[in-house]
This record gives sequence, C-alpha cells and structure tokens, in this order.
Amino acid sequence: MTKRTVELELATPGLDAQGRPVRVPLAVTDTDASPTEPHLAGEHMLINIGPQHPATHGVLRLVVELDGETVVRVIPHVGYLHSGFEKLGEYRHYNQIIPLTDRTDYLSPMANNIGFALAAEKLMGIEVTPRCTVLRVIACEMSRIISHMVWLGTTAIDLGAFTPFLWAFQQRELIYNLQETWTGARLTTSVTRVGGMMADIPDDFVPGLRAFTQQFPRTLGEIDRVLTRNSVWVGRTQGVGALTAAEAINYSLSGPMLRASGVPYDLRKDQPYLNYETYDFDVVVGEHGDVYDRYLVRLEECSQSNRILEQALNRLPDGPINVDDPRLILPPKSRAMNDMEAMIYHFKQVMEGVKAPIGEAYVGIENPKGELGNYLVSDGTAKPVRWRIRPPSFINLSALPKMAEGHLLSDLIAINASVDIVMGEVDR
Amino acid sequence: MNPSVDALRATFGNAIGRALDSCGDTIVYVAREQLLAVMAWLRDTPEQAYDYLVDVTAVEYRDRERPLEVVYNLRSLARRADLRVKVTLDPRGDLTVDSVVPLWRGADWLEREAFDMFGVTFRGHPDLRRILMWETYAEGYPLRKDFPLRGRFSRAEQVRQALAANPEAHYSMEELSIAEAYDELPADMKERLRRGERGTLPDFE
Repeated sequence: MTKRTVELELATPGLDAQGRPVRVPLAVTDTDASPTEPHLAGEHMLINIGPQHPATHGVLRLVVELDGETVVRVIPHVGYLHSGFEKLGEYRHYNQIIPLTDRTDYLSPMANNIGFALAAEKLMGIEVTPRCTVLRVIACEMSRIISHMVWLGTTAIDLGAFTPFLWAFQQRELIYNLQETWTGARLTTSVTRVGGMMADIPDDFVPGLRAFTQQFPRTLGEIDRVLTRNSVWVGRTQGVGALTAAEAINYSLSGPMLRASGVPYDLRKDQPYLNYETYDFDVVVGEHGDVYDRYLVRLEECSQSNRILEQALNRLPDGPINVDDPRLILPPKSRAMNDMEAMIYHFKQVMEGVKAPIGEAYVGIENPKGELGNYLVSDGTAKPVRWRIRPPSFINLSALPKMAEGHLLSDLIAINASVDIVMGEVDR
Repeated sequence: MNPSVDALRATFGNAIGRALDSCGDTIVYVAREQLLAVMAWLRDTPEQAYDYLVDVTAVEYRDRERPLEVVYNLRSLARRADLRVKVTLDPRGDLTVDSVVPLWRGADWLEREAFDMFGVTFRGHPDLRRILMWETYAEGYPLRKDFPLRGRFSRAEQVRQALAANPEAHYSMEELSIAEAYDELPADMKERLRRGERGTLPDFE
C-alpha cells in the first residue's frame, strides 16, 4: 500500500512554523501481534448483518466471519427484492417494459428508461430526433447527480457525518421537483418511449434547471470542504477496500468503481451514445482504487455532469421529440378520436404493440452505478424473447468479499457503502 | 463483421461455428468443448485482448426446436471492440458448460445467476449455488420458457414455502463449517446436514 500525505484542514492542531497546515502522514497503524486474550486466539465468530440493517443500503444480507474484529470472509446473500422483471418483460410490449425499468435502479429511473429505449431503438433501427437526443442527455445527467447525491449522503451517514446528507438530499429534492414538472412523477418517471419521449419539457423547465446548475457547484464545494480533508473521513476511507486496475477489470467492475482504480473507461467517451462525444467533459479517474478515491471520483463526476447539463441547455434545439412514424408513436388523442387512419394506428399499437425485426441488440450506457446493459432478443413479435439487464451494482457487489477481507468490521461498512448498490437493481 | 472472427477461424478451425451480424454487433458460435480454450485465447492474445467480461447470460427461444444459448459479451477496453460469443445447448439434454471464472472473476455471480434462472451448470465454478432465489427453492428455473409466469405452485403454496424457508434462521453448511461451529453440533444434526438438510442455528446464550 502506498503511503499518502493529505493536508488536514479540520480538526488539526494548527499551522506549522512556516504557516502551512500541519501535514499528518496517514499510514496503516501497526496491529499488536500478541493477543490480549490468549485463550480466544484463533476463535472465529460468525455474525449476520442484515437483511434489515441501515448500513447495508437495502435488503442485503452479509454473513461475516470474524477473527477478533478482522473480517476473514464475507458471504453476501442477495435476492430478497427479486421481482422477476426479466421474466415479466417477456410478456410485455416494448413500451410496456419501460415502467419496469423505473423500478430496477430506482435512484436513477430516467437513465434506466433511456438505456432500455436505446436498446429497443437499436433493435428496430430507429434514429431519434435531435431535440429528443439532447433531452435524453439532460435526463441522464440529472439522474447521475441525484444518484450520486444519495450515495454521498448515505455513505457520509454510515461514516458518521450527518451534515452532508442534508445538503445532498436538498439538491436531490430540487432535481426531483424538476422531474415532477416534466413527467408528473418523482420516482417512477417512465419518461421515454421507443422512438421518442413520453412528453416534452414544460415551459419553466429550462430556467428551473439553469437555476439549479448555477447553485449546485456551491453545494459541491461545501461537501468538498467538509469531507475531502476531514481527518475522520480520510482516516476511515483511505487505503480501505483498495483494488488495483487489473483486479477491477478482472472483476468486471464498471462506472466509478472501475475508474477509481485508475482505468479511464467511460462509455460516454469510449462507445458514445446520444452524441456524448460532442460534449466537453472530463472522465474522472482515481489512482488508488480505495473508498476515498471512489468518493473523489463521484464528487467530481457531479460537477462534470453539471457542465454537461449547462452545455445541453445551451444547445437544446426546437423541433419534435418523437420520430415521425405512425406505426411507432401514438397519435394525439384528438386525432385518434377524429381521424380514421390515426385511430387504426392507435388501435394496432395498443392491441398488438410495435413489432421488432428478428435479431438481437445490446446497448450499454454509463449509468451512475456503472455500465447498465440492456440486451434484447427478438423473434419478430411485439414482445422480446429475452430481456436481459446487465446490472452494474450486482456485478460491482460481487467484488465485496475480495475488497473487505482482511479489513476491520467497521471498514466493511465503508466498503459496502462505496460500492453504491441499489437492491432493486441487484435483485431485479 | 468483427475481424476477430476470422482470426478465431484461423486458429480454432472447426470449433468455431457460424458467425453473424445483428444490429451492428458480431455474434460468433463456439463449440462447447472448446469454450474455455477460445476464451483464454481471446483474452490473452495481444491482438485480441478481450480483457473485460461484460456479461454472461442465457437465452431460451419460444421456438422449442431452437437450442438454449449461453451468451458471453466480451470487450477489449484498449481496442474498444466488443464481441459476443455464444454456446448452444440442448434444453432437453445436458445443460453443462465450462465455467469462465478461472479467466474472469467477474463471471462468478453472473454464472450463478444463469444457473439459478436457467439451470445451466457451469463446470469448474467454485461456488455454484442459487443466488436470487433461495437455496431450497423447489419450483425449477424461472426464466425457462416452460416455467409459467406466475410460478408452478399456487399462490398459497408459494407463500407457505417462502415463509417456511425463513433463510435468516439458517446458516448454510459452508457458513457453519467456516465458523467451526460445525464441530460442536450434536451428532444427529451433523448427520442431517451431511444428507443436505439444513439445520437451525442453536440458540447461544
């Protein structure tokens, strides 16, 4: 493990002779080799955490083998929230699946809607309109901010800092208000349709989002000031749960977990979708792959998302949000009630659904948690033969035993928090 | 079409089945016996360098005549190339395929999920247990096409079984043994555990 020196601003005795903040070297403390209770040496304890436990971030159950306070082995048990979404999807039309995607990663529902719509559009060979593309970028980046805010707030609580939680959830609330004006729902947005969007943004949305992007960096700065050089935060997170780049790749980690280990891979840059290659933003990469670097990566990703939001607002073009294809997009209610042809299209779409050609498509998008893949296999009917979600937090969580073994039990909580799991997606 | 397909054919010959292009993704079928060798070659050959396993899953078609497919999505991070490798299995026959966990640790839970949902056995997997369903789940494999949407059993029976399973009241055999609590168990419970029945954890005062 590399030793690092961090400037500690808070809770430090003060300045040195040159007037600089005292620099405290952070290193792993030597553990006392001789056990204080010799008759207990070698005794292992089995403890059960969860499934109902505030620090497991959902209905996750961990069976932990402890040697004293050191974690020897972790056996995660998942599946408590299994809802069979993939099975349900085989009995639904493509547009009817979109409400199911809301409920997988319920901390970033809009991004899930978009991931599914992109896969269905790739399968059907549909090119969405320019306005729709920019609106989807806005939705993706809003989702990234709210998801990272939840992660930051809850992780800070796990490690004993309550104040950032309140700041983060306040910001999330502002985005939820915007989502509500757009879709009518705060959580289950269902904002996309195959070939377009469920609705265009309301009139006051753009000024509202612009006001958000202007005040959001202030909160990020406050969180940065209270956590990044905080000696308690640094001590609890640095060197904890570290994975090298090779390990992170071998464990198929994605998203901030992969980038914190120093792998500069971001699907928005490396396999661009929604014209992400035309936006000016940086891929945030960590160095040590520990909990602290994951925190830094996610914090900086929020300000990069803010940059993308500003650019997207500036370039938002006018025009239709849906493709001009009556076989795909429902006609407006007035036309469906008055125009025979529109009524037939409406009937066929509602009763038969949109048929996809025979084939299969995989689309991975950079969700807040990592790579969300949607894999659709079609046999030419209106319902997919197989709808597979590649769940980023499920795969990230599978590296938990590797990361936690050898650390203290209290570090296990920090490591588990740093994975950023959401059980709706892990269990699907 | 991804150029890796031609390189695979040149190296493995008949072990590589048909290759096709769907929506811009390249799909290549590989003989089941050669899967591990092909995957290791794809990962370790510098010109291929498929170092990242994106996903492992399985597909069963509504057409009963079509075989069940195990699907591997591979990616080369450096070359920014994707390749989808498939192995076909007869759904009425032997659903066994080699595990790729020795190559990619990320396949661990993905293969467990494919086992749980489709009943595909991955030979050489270190810990092939059900993952999303509980270990005593008796209704079969939920994502198979012969599995009804609402399950095989009646709603009442499903609720009864789910409540009776009560997974938190038990530790698995493996968990009991790692804590060395196994040695302290009474002989009859050891015998029941050996037969595969799972014991209730004794109450510790």
